[in-house]
Amino acid sequence: MAPMTQEAPKSTREPTRSNRGVPMGAPLVAQSSIAPAATRIALQDINAFYSEKQALFDVNLEIPDNAVTAFIGASGCGKSTLLRCLNRMNDTIPGARVEGRILMDGTDINSADIDPVQVRTRIGMVFQKPNPFPMSIYENIAYGPRTHKLVSSKADLDELVESSLRRAALWDEVKDRLGKPGLGLSGGQQQRLVIARALAVSPAVILMDEPCSALDPIATAHIEALIDQLRKHTCIVIVTHSMAQAARVSQITGFFHMGKLIESGPTDQIFTMPKVEQTQDYITGRFG
Amino acid sequence: MKQLSPATRARYFRRQLVDRLMGGLCMLAAGIGLVLLGLILWMLFSNGLGGLKLSVFTNSMAQPGADGGLANAIVGSLIQVGLGAMIGAPLGMMVGVYLSEVGKESTFASVVRFVNDILLSAPSVLIGLFVYQIAVEPFGGFSGIAGSISLALIAMPIVARTTEDILRLVPQAYRDGAVALGSRENEVVRKVVLPAAFGGILTGVLLAVARIAGETAPLLFTSLGNTNWSTDMTQPMASLPIAIYRYAGSAYDEWVSLAWTGAMLITVGVLVLNILSRFSHAAVAGKTEG
Repeated sequence: MAPMTQEAPKSTREPTRSNRGVPMGAPLVAQSSIAPAATRIALQDINAFYSEKQALFDVNLEIPDNAVTAFIGASGCGKSTLLRCLNRMNDTIPGARVEGRILMDGTDINSADIDPVQVRTRIGMVFQKPNPFPMSIYENIAYGPRTHKLVSSKADLDELVESSLRRAALWDEVKDRLGKPGLGLSGGQQQRLVIARALAVSPAVILMDEPCSALDPIATAHIEALIDQLRKHTCIVIVTHSMAQAARVSQITGFFHMGKLIESGPTDQIFTMPKVEQTQDYITGRFG
Repeated sequence: MKQLSPATRARYFRRQLVDRLMGGLCMLAAGIGLVLLGLILWMLFSNGLGGLKLSVFTNSMAQPGADGGLANAIVGSLIQVGLGAMIGAPLGMMVGVYLSEVGKESTFASVVRFVNDILLSAPSVLIGLFVYQIAVEPFGGFSGIAGSISLALIAMPIVARTTEDILRLVPQAYRDGAVALGSRENEVVRKVVLPAAFGGILTGVLLAVARIAGETAPLLFTSLGNTNWSTDMTQPMASLPIAIYRYAGSAYDEWVSLAWTGAMLITVGVLVLNILSRFSHAAVAGKTEG
């Protein structure tokens, strides 16, 4: 666990001038050195509807393990809808309907004999706005393990809380005030708290819906460094409005427009030699 | 200001004038309310404090000249209001949870919400008559239990309404977060939503208790009142509002004075409940929001 420094590299938020689409100084390994890992989630012919309105059209995509997959595209393009399909959060919206197959490790998460609660236990989610529960820092982390009875003793729970906070690079900042309210933390700390909360139930996949859009650049750099750490053991899917962020943190990028997946592939390829003109236009800022 | 045209200046001053006028009217309205409340309190204390002595709390109601007190009415009120709240508050909370978390905008929930609002605004004398029909006549007599039931029926819709309102104020983000962690619906409500709304719900319950503590009409037809000391819930039971009702119009100065004292006691009690409810809200909010 590398210690997190308070000072983030200043360059991480500056627009890129390099032809790789990756800002210089970003705390990342070169994109091309990532070997494609096994597929964790396979999307086959996904169509999604909100009542009569179709939000996604025939999406096919393979999401690899141990990598960050970024969904980019203009507002309303369906990228958040797709993300919410992956852990069946759309089930909670009246009138929402999903067609097609979402195979996680070969099992269709939408099949009738699958309990959505089990799906969500294996797939964690981080939201746009940090949403710690109105309880102490400790209780926030302990919520998941307690709900799923993952630990049998107080000592085990203490240990799990600590390891989760450490993995979210928050432990050093909160270890002396675990009993204090989670809502008393700063925005960036709150976002790391809810990431730790998700990690506490050891999810195989973590979905992040614009996790940095409510944060300042320094907090954003913290979260991005954290995402890079976490992907070594997890499959991460991130929706982002920031193309620079997609370029910095992801290995796979999918570009969405009007509910369709226009193009997907290795991030460096999408950002340097997109095959579709629409992608090129979006990435270079000509529309969207 | 120099560059403004005369028309713009005129409009500016007119807006300023209207602003001050409206502000003044609001202050006036608030002032009238405060003065009336102050007058009521002053009247209560000036008439009620004189009759306040130990025998009010130790002696039951008695004939004029026999040094009667209000002990039986105070205890009767505490028992009936307490039992009424114990029945009405949990029922109301469950209705509120159903409306906010389960039924939401469904047809049945809309019907329940509508009926609850009718119950909320039903004249309390009607509640009394209803309970008379179901709990007094069939059992052959007035009773403390019937009184408690009628108070519970008044408290329930109040608690249901405030519970629903407070639960709707709980951010959806909490529910999403809990659902995304693999919580079931009942776990989301029990472990996240209800604790987050606890202070507000407690406030609603306290306000409902304050409301039923002063109810007279429903008790007239249910627990009737009792001049003797009695804690038997199956028998007619005394209560402060009914004691005030009977004494205030009597011909004996001693009884009238006791009525004032009783009215003052209820008002002080309600005031304490209201203050408590503010504290409960602030205390819980402070604990969670840091």
